[in-house]
Amino acid sequence: MKAVKILNGNQTIAEAARQINPDVVAAYPITPSTAIVETIAQFKADGMISSEFVCPESEHSAMSVCIGAAAAGGRVMTATSSQGLALMWEMLYIAAGLRLPVVAAIVNRALSAPINIHGDHSDTMGARDSGWIQIYSENCQEAYDNFIQAFRIGEHLDVRTPVLVGLDGFIISHSAEPVLIEDDREVRSFIGEFKPVFPLLDTSRKITVGPIDFTDYYFEHKRSQIEGIENSPRVIEEVGREYGQKFGRFYGFFEEYRMDDAETAIVVMSSAAGTGKDAIDELRSEGLRIGLLKPRVFRPFPHEKIAEALKKIKAVAVLDRASSPGAFGAPLFTEIRSALYDYGQRPKIVNYVYGLGGRDINVEHFKEVAAKLQKIAETGKVEEMLGYLNLRE
Amino acid sequence: MKEEDRLEERNPMEEFLRMDRMPHIWCPGCGLGTVVASFAAALRKSQVDLNKVAIVSGIGCTGRVAGYVKLDSFHTTHGRPVPFATGLKLANPELKVVVFSGDGDIVGIGGNHFIHAARRNMDILVICVNNFNYAMTGGQVAATTPIQANLSTAPYGNFEYPFNLPYLADACGAIYVARWTSLHLRRVTKSIQEALAKKGFSFIEVITPCVTLYARRNRLGDGLNLLKYYYENSEIQHGADTRTLDIDFQGKIIVGKFIDKEKPTFFECMNTHLKKVLGDKYRPYYGE
Repeated sequence: MKAVKILNGNQTIAEAARQINPDVVAAYPITPSTAIVETIAQFKADGMISSEFVCPESEHSAMSVCIGAAAAGGRVMTATSSQGLALMWEMLYIAAGLRLPVVAAIVNRALSAPINIHGDHSDTMGARDSGWIQIYSENCQEAYDNFIQAFRIGEHLDVRTPVLVGLDGFIISHSAEPVLIEDDREVRSFIGEFKPVFPLLDTSRKITVGPIDFTDYYFEHKRSQIEGIENSPRVIEEVGREYGQKFGRFYGFFEEYRMDDAETAIVVMSSAAGTGKDAIDELRSEGLRIGLLKPRVFRPFPHEKIAEALKKIKAVAVLDRASSPGAFGAPLFTEIRSALYDYGQRPKIVNYVYGLGGRDINVEHFKEVAAKLQKIAETGKVEEMLGYLNLRE
Repeated sequence: MKEEDRLEERNPMEEFLRMDRMPHIWCPGCGLGTVVASFAAALRKSQVDLNKVAIVSGIGCTGRVAGYVKLDSFHTTHGRPVPFATGLKLANPELKVVVFSGDGDIVGIGGNHFIHAARRNMDILVICVNNFNYAMTGGQVAATTPIQANLSTAPYGNFEYPFNLPYLADACGAIYVARWTSLHLRRVTKSIQEALAKKGFSFIEVITPCVTLYARRNRLGDGLNLLKYYYENSEIQHGADTRTLDIDFQGKIIVGKFIDKEKPTFFECMNTHLKKVLGDKYRPYYGE
């Protein structure tokens, strides 16, 4: 039966995993995602799931176990953060290249050095070219909904691509809030049976996975891999709609908050969008016509839809919780600015890197950005395109 | 407060510690402070030039040692202190390079580096503080967890075979191998002194209580109870066959110095071999 439970982000992901009951779960402890696997381990020990549960010796090994299990024909998942995802890097490309729909919950955390355990998006942004679908969550409920949908998206026969679901370290992973946990049977019926494609366990048809592929066909195979993620937007939309029809919460590529008559807009992902919405409400009550756009799907990047949503805005600020040293702006900014390139009418656009290593972002910082956007909208001039928020310099 | 009273309050190991980083994060009853104190005592007794000692730690509770010692230190990534230490030693062979890290770090995620540094007889000392679990992340099952012991990812007990660390180090070629518990602080100190004087890959395992996680989950009592367990169940057997050193859950712990031998180090092997092959064309490398 469905029920509202008070859960933090880690427990929420574990609850979803319990309902999904994957064939194999393999994960290594790392702050702040450890509680996901601890909770799954307890479910396993208590006989609440039938998943094979493996504690490998590293995240690299955890993803390797997932890949092996997925190639064998299993539905598999893992969870990690930061350095753990970084250590999986080699294997992320293998999972994507072999079209194995592994699902990973990534509790977003800063990358070393220096060592920091708090939330930012450096880890998943570092994996943005690995071929994985990336979905980000604002709160525990979204993390739950996204995680369930991830299996349907990744396992779709036209997609067959691994999916990661991001939730902000500590801010979401360790903050408890009411989460509507749907009925177990309903979730299982939504997910459906896993359909393996060329499973190694099918001993009547012998295959080799991942052999050498040089100048003869490598390029064609990579192109066909890209086809999977290029097919995914349609599936992401379908799954989001079906999820809404079944459970009442609809999902698309991004959420628009008070954007209808907005002259300026702030683009921000994940938990900070919650703070941003509060700021927008206050600014609106002060008479400012400002809105917020919260991307949910970062890979595949919904470039046309985002450009359509932003093209008539006078000034846009993109807030990135990751830096891309040496690049012309941080990851989300470069995507959005590029998406707007073909539009004759397009906004002035600025980029702020915020919250690295868990640095706070609060309503005042959003207001600071809003004031700058207002000035840009009035003067048409951008004085500083790339900046930082709440940083001592 | 009078000045002489103030002096009494000073930590006796202050010259080795970054007092501005105190208090440390370790739990009451943890054995890590004892091991660090033994290490500092060994440095003092060995009279080594502190400017030529470098400490390398990985991630975990023991990983924090690098931040607390007033020496050149490097807090590296999870599992990689041994390769970082190898780099330090190669670039500056004059350094006494000591890896100070935990079991999860050294023989779990970093196991591969450990066995290869031992195999090539890299001239470093590895002090592995073994508390039988991944403690920093909240007590998960590790490569050293005894069978039956209960941890958060093994809630009804571990069923995987754990490593016997002295046997692993010995089998991979370590020239000095000892095991103690944090109760044996004078013997730990002596072992570190001996190992600092050795040339080659030296390994010291120190078993320490993890009161907050391992002991609590397994209902083993507090730090004192664990020290009593060490006192009653440790048996010194110098030179014991390392194959016999498995640790059962709350069973006997064989401690002592098991291996103490001489063998050409990585540098010596490299210089001898290349001198033989290349003759006068080869200039031996010792870091100069």
